[in-house]
Amino acid sequence: MLPINETMGQYSELFMLLAAGTYTVAFIAFAWDLAKSSKTLRAVDLKAAELSGADAARVPVAAGVGASAGAVDRAEADVAGPAGRAERPTSAGGAGNAAGIGLTADGDMRYAAERRVPARVAVALTVLGAAIHAAGVITRAIGAGRVPWGNMYEFLTTGAFVAVAVFLLVLVRRDLRFLGTFVVGLAIVMLVAASVAYWTPVGHLVPALQSYWLIIHVSIAVLSSALFTLTFAMSALQLVQSHRQKTIAAGGADKLGFMRLVPNALSLENLSYRINAIAFVGWTFTLMFGAIWAEKAWGRFWGWDTKEVWTFVIWVVYAGYLHARATRGWTGTRAAWLSIVGYLCVVFNFTIVNQFFNGLHSYSGL
Amino acid sequence: MSERVNEKKNLPANGSKRTGTKAATPASPVAAAKAEAVLPALGPMGMLRWAWTQLTSMRTALFLLLLLAVAAVPGSLFPQRPANPANVTQYIKDNPDYGKILDALQLYDVYSSVWFSAIYILLFISLIGCVVPRAIAHYKAMRSQPPRTPARLSRLPEYGTLVIPADAGIPASSAISDAAGLLKKRGYRVDVRDADGARPSLGAERGYLREVGNLVFHTSLIGVLVSVAIGGLFGYSGQRILVEGDTFVNTLVGYDQFSPGTNFQSSQLQPYSVQLDKFQITFDRESQGKVGQPIDFKADVTTKESPDAPAQKEVLKVNDPLTLGGTSMYLTGNGYAPVVTIRDGAGNVALQGPVVAKLQGDNYYSSVVIKVPDAKPDQLGFQGFFLPTALVTDQGVSYSGDPELFNPRLTLNSFYGDLGLDSGAPQNVFEMDIKKLTPLNARNLDVGGISLAPGTSYTLPDGKGSISFDGVKRYIGVDIHHNPGQLYALIFALLAVAGLVTSLYVNRRRVWVRTGTHEDGRTMVEYGLLARGEDHRLAGESAAIRKLLAGAWKLDDGSQSAPSGTADNGRADATLPGNPTADFIPSSAGSSESKKDQ
Ligand code: HEM
Repeated sequence: MLPINETMGQYSELFMLLAAGTYTVAFIAFAWDLAKSSKTLRAVDLKAAELSGADAARVPVAAGVGASAGAVDRAEADVAGPAGRAERPTSAGGAGNAAGIGLTADGDMRYAAERRVPARVAVALTVLGAAIHAAGVITRAIGAGRVPWGNMYEFLTTGAFVAVAVFLLVLVRRDLRFLGTFVVGLAIVMLVAASVAYWTPVGHLVPALQSYWLIIHVSIAVLSSALFTLTFAMSALQLVQSHRQKTIAAGGADKLGFMRLVPNALSLENLSYRINAIAFVGWTFTLMFGAIWAEKAWGRFWGWDTKEVWTFVIWVVYAGYLHARATRGWTGTRAAWLSIVGYLCVVFNFTIVNQFFNGLHSYSGL
Repeated sequence: MSERVNEKKNLPANGSKRTGTKAATPASPVAAAKAEAVLPALGPMGMLRWAWTQLTSMRTALFLLLLLAVAAVPGSLFPQRPANPANVTQYIKDNPDYGKILDALQLYDVYSSVWFSAIYILLFISLIGCVVPRAIAHYKAMRSQPPRTPARLSRLPEYGTLVIPADAGIPASSAISDAAGLLKKRGYRVDVRDADGARPSLGAERGYLREVGNLVFHTSLIGVLVSVAIGGLFGYSGQRILVEGDTFVNTLVGYDQFSPGTNFQSSQLQPYSVQLDKFQITFDRESQGKVGQPIDFKADVTTKESPDAPAQKEVLKVNDPLTLGGTSMYLTGNGYAPVVTIRDGAGNVALQGPVVAKLQGDNYYSSVVIKVPDAKPDQLGFQGFFLPTALVTDQGVSYSGDPELFNPRLTLNSFYGDLGLDSGAPQNVFEMDIKKLTPLNARNLDVGGISLAPGTSYTLPDGKGSISFDGVKRYIGVDIHHNPGQLYALIFALLAVAGLVTSLYVNRRRVWVRTGTHEDGRTMVEYGLLARGEDHRLAGESAAIRKLLAGAWKLDDGSQSAPSGTADNGRADATLPGNPTADFIPSSAGSSESKKDQ
């Protein structure tokens, strides 16, 4: 057992505050990007509307959802019924040429040609924040002489870092910058909650947690939770977007202009399915490794302890989500709701269950 | 079921096993149609079949899954009997108005309740009902050739065309065999049709493992459940407290508490032994706010596999159980055991040895109960506290200031009379019923209570005897478990994960290629791809195949620079004047229209 280094612990807390500050600026930049881009997009739409005249009602849809006209057609076919459902493209089609498309991510969420300065600033700031945050997590680990996930404070600070890091990693391949306000906002909330409500000085682990399973089990749980966080945000946006698409298609006014920056509902659903599939495998491992650890620690691999119950519930809900995607009438909005319910269970498991339900997992450090 | 039927019914649905119940299987159109039907006016057999179809439908499975999630929740809201029966009793006492009702609803035994069992048994029946036909269907599919080439490849989600110039000298027949070779190398099962005809074609398929993975995953879930059941039938568990120097022998009498599985036989117990030599605790002296918390427990033990086996030194720690004779021994508790000698009124030693003190508060503040049934003429009883580092507040309340033995104190009240042990009813060793006893020493009596430091002794009033506090030992609580299902559960769980990953990440794809010769001598090639199930990389595969084909025929594939592989690409080619036939390379109008008319 390594000795405790209080100085490192204090540095760590300083880094966490700095990171939260940097994230706050990044948050503002992301919000600015949403506002600015939606304005630009509307201008482009209006212009296109003037040019095409007759087709005016249709253009905003295509532009707003930032996907090809083809994708929109398919999305509509999707609503049409089982036959259409079978046609739901799982490999998104080609890029479209609708007005304003250059500004937004396309249906496949690849980066578009146009530069969005505020978004770039926001991402740069998030990277800076994440670097400081990483320093905070590492100094915490050095200070405590072990992995930095042994109590609520550490779960939150490390969890927030992983969420941001996973977001940044996905950004390398896909343009999910429209999720920036959400992910960075959540990281700020987690850091603030950690520092205000759950602050715990650096300390040793209780014997129950001294196991390499802590490293394996918890790291996978945190990683999966970070992925579930992304899909939660995407599913929520999917619901809003699908509502907006329907309104526009029915000739209603587009009251949610900022959603122009967000890809269409079907693209959101497809990508969140792919991420949820990865996260579900991760959660399966979390559950299994948890069971193996429980066997090592308590002599039974499953005992319906409160924490075990909720981990199981989450697993079943996401299994339900995967099944929903394969069940007629359950794709789209209902699947999105399942993904949201699953995430609410994740949050519940982490907050309420850790603090208020007593079970064998009394390690919240409170 | 003939290949042809399979092909015809399934293809337009875009290779989706997602279309319905078990649409992936050849038998499925029928099943799907049935699932749709309203309650039919059928005989009993018909009803049964109808119920079975309902039960094994995807929708029911989804419903049962979500129901299972909901049903698991109350177990975390209410105290559960298997975990802690005392909490349940207390809960019912605290909530007299509805506590009993909850009990009637089995809310304190959620995971063995009728309703919870019903849900998961239905779920697993549904699962079996789904897995078996699917396994049979897939077995057939794996042994049959890829499906017939569709008439209009352009309807497929990925479609493209290539044109080989007339002077390249590659006729339609060799073009198709080239394509076949390339696809085989890419891991496809390939079937060439009409090789020497005017319009040779091939059908290719890969990714059969996807369905295998899915079947393995679902079957393994059943395996896990069965393993758990085996553990419940043949396993056992028990508890024992061991003071330093004590030896546990794995026989029924060796246990303080024992819970056998339904089919347990005492001959299952191997008479190994474990002696606790020494138990050490390291306390935190560094962490802010956590000083005095234990950070390491270490029990040195001597074990023997059997009575005559050689002794072995081993270490038992938290998270690091001992394994012996098919069982595992876990360190689950610890505390202090003050060693006392008690003499009775006749001057004889009535009790001598360590007394296990039960943890009550911070810093090993523990309660002590000593029953001395052998004392004569009167049985003696003691009740009080043990404090490893005794301190007293300004108000005169004693507390323990540290978990280590810096100032150990034993503070007791004493009683004499009938302990009630002779009635034969089992008693909790940590509790004493003092109602029928007469107090000898107590704080509120003139003689006061007893307070002993190690090495001191006290003579009881009225010549009832004496007590001496000789020293302090540590004790540990161990759990012993034997679960024969455990290994199988692990194996099935690993299989499940392997199956899951396979079924999520192996893509099942079909490719068809058709070639033909244009009037002007060019060789026209069209191809189409179809995924079965989720496959976001189908476009990539299409592009890759296009590249391979173009490379093999040394075509300068102009469209390569554009994002290739998308259907539009190929269709641009298709507008070439003078297509051999309309359905071979259809008109450009085909693309979005044909999607809808399916
Ligand atoms: C009640 C009986 C069940 C039936 C009839 C059933 C049926 C199916 C089917 C047909 C698929 C394939 C979906 C597709 O191809 O897109 C599937 C996938 C899946 N099932 Fe089930 N299932 C059942 C129970 C369960 C249970 C109890 C679980 C775990 C809680 C589970 C977890 C999954 C998962 C995670 C997948 C997605 C991975 C894959 O495609 O293999 N299933 N199930």
